[in-house]
Amino acid sequence: MSEELLKEMAQSIIDGDSDISAELAKKSIELKMHPLDAITNGFVVGVTYIGDQFGKGDAFLPELVMAGEAMKAAIAVLEPELLKLGETREMLGRVVLATVEGDIHEIGKTLVGTMLSASGFEVIDLGVDQSAEKIIGKALEVNANLIGMSALLTTTMVRQREVIEELDKEGLRPRIKVMVGGAPITKDWVDKIKADGYSEDAIGAVKVAKELLGKSDQ
Amino acid sequence: MQPRLSLLTQDLIERIVDEAYQLLLKPGIKVQNEEARKLLLDAGAQVDEETMVVRIPAQIAKAALKTVPRTFQLFDYDGNPTVEYGGDKVQFDPGSSGISVLDPDTLEQKTAETADLIRLLKVAEQLPQYDAQSTAVVCHDVPKEIHDLYRLYLVLLHSKKPIVTGAFSNKTVQFMIDMLAIMSGGADNLRTKPRAVFDVCPSPPLIWSSFGSGNLMVLARAGVPAEIVSMPLAGAAAPVTLLGAVTQHAAECLAGITIHQLAHAGSPIVWGGAPAIFDMRKGGTPMGAVETAMIDSSYAQVGKYLNVPTHAYMGATDSKRLDMQAGIESGITAMIGALSGINMISGSGMLDFLLCHSAEKLVIDAEGVAMAQRMLQGMKIHTETLATGFYEGVNFKGGDFLKQRITMQLFQKEQNMPSAIIDRDSMRGWKAGGSLDTFDRAKIRVKELLASYRRPELDPAQVSQLHAFVLNLAKQAGAESLPLIEDFEPA
Repeated sequence: MSEELLKEMAQSIIDGDSDISAELAKKSIELKMHPLDAITNGFVVGVTYIGDQFGKGDAFLPELVMAGEAMKAAIAVLEPELLKLGETREMLGRVVLATVEGDIHEIGKTLVGTMLSASGFEVIDLGVDQSAEKIIGKALEVNANLIGMSALLTTTMVRQREVIEELDKEGLRPRIKVMVGGAPITKDWVDKIKADGYSEDAIGAVKVAKELLGKSDQ
Repeated sequence: MQPRLSLLTQDLIERIVDEAYQLLLKPGIKVQNEEARKLLLDAGAQVDEETMVVRIPAQIAKAALKTVPRTFQLFDYDGNPTVEYGGDKVQFDPGSSGISVLDPDTLEQKTAETADLIRLLKVAEQLPQYDAQSTAVVCHDVPKEIHDLYRLYLVLLHSKKPIVTGAFSNKTVQFMIDMLAIMSGGADNLRTKPRAVFDVCPSPPLIWSSFGSGNLMVLARAGVPAEIVSMPLAGAAAPVTLLGAVTQHAAECLAGITIHQLAHAGSPIVWGGAPAIFDMRKGGTPMGAVETAMIDSSYAQVGKYLNVPTHAYMGATDSKRLDMQAGIESGITAMIGALSGINMISGSGMLDFLLCHSAEKLVIDAEGVAMAQRMLQGMKIHTETLATGFYEGVNFKGGDFLKQRITMQLFQKEQNMPSAIIDRDSMRGWKAGGSLDTFDRAKIRVKELLASYRRPELDPAQVSQLHAFVLNLAKQAGAESLPLIEDFEPA
């Protein structure tokens, strides 16, 4: 029975169906399945599958995003159960994401957020047009170990450097790692502003985040 | 007869326009500029100050459309009207605002600086296929506060052609207008004979930022043409359907035109854009995709239906090298743009999602543009009979037609004569010439053009005034001086 349920859970993620994934999460609670079991052996299997398919070019961004949404819906049901048990899901890391000040382009950043949270990171997405002060303030408030910043415009990418300089000034690195992204971001730029990592796409960003936090094997 | 590509039926155009008007009401347009909201409110729109969402009734947008000039011209430095917006006139200019250039020797992208923009300007200035110059790349060797206007400064020093440009802030747009006015002999002259058009971008979906709408109002009041560059990303920041993206484009343009005409009725404005489909593998915005070109072609048809001059971003590639992908994408999209009768087609010279510019690509693209322009001339009737009159004295021998005077008279009217970029040599001749591929030939052509370039003769008083103006702004931005320019010593 539980084998079957776990399979259905994975499938609901692969199908990107939030209604069904939430439904199955509720069902697992009724059946007294441990929430961590449901997450790890059910839903996450689906995320991993879609991620692999995406990597191979057989799945596409809408499927990835919908899988992320379905995952979120399932977690939203299971998280309160975990709390009741006095347990927490072990997260790979806590990430503050933002599009830098003056920039309102966030498609890429939102994708990265979806993929990170589907892969087991706790993601706090501040949205667009965020100043260095706000980004760093939030990171300190939630005790984040990673900041991710996006910029689409050549005129705003310089803001990424401001955040990094500010972090250095406050002596917050290497405690807080920094990854950057966005269309104009190049390896040269990353080296120049001394960011810890960058990625061209959302799946790559998960890999980079894991590497930066020493969780590559997970 | 100019051949025309029409992807939309009349019925479909009317549906698009009708739904675009519906979008102006629901969900409405988010206008992040207080003054623009005030203009819309006073005109009868419903404004929610908290969410900044404005619901614009169709009649307000329709009234604005009525005052938009159907045509306008851009003038070169000497005051000749060399670019015409409106109708089915088709013109090309290099793409704008790249951040890097493709180094022809290392094939690496390098961050663009002053010398790189000048190189592009020198090449584009001598290619008749480009009717206008553009502020092609951002120069990273000057402070970022003057990034936009410094590009214009370099164009004004190196070119006499009309200019497609754009500002990066509400503050600098006025400086750029002032710079153009200096070179036009005053703001009034600039108004009567505009030298440049300014790209102004809404933010998809359905947002006019404070900066975008602010620029629309400044440009309208200065009488300097504005070019709306709406960029629905089909599947991400716009509906996934191509028709949905065209409809969102129309709504964003209608809202922009309304703000613009309310600021100053009768000022010239262009129905333009840089839309793209959203690539579902890489999340990119492919400019070379045929669907992207289909969105462009269709929205241009809508713009024509509404009697507004048109623009699009076509003729660019997403490839990182000047390879076959670059050739296919640039050539096909340029041709689609031309056949769509788009007044200004920007994008030549650009690679890698409009991030990177290349002088070598400019000279190759010029050949594609020439082909497209020839195509637009269509099939010409030069002679009374189509063929029968040609056969007198023809003795069933190939080559006889070469001896006819009419062949000599007409061949240049029938055939586009490509430059050495296009290889039509025999294998033996090609090998004797060094077995060069397109890229090799482009490198040679660029070298030739750089060697033959001469800076245009400009009024020294204007030039020194312009230089002093820009130097002053550079100093305010923290620079001690401006980068040196070869053969140029400011007074």
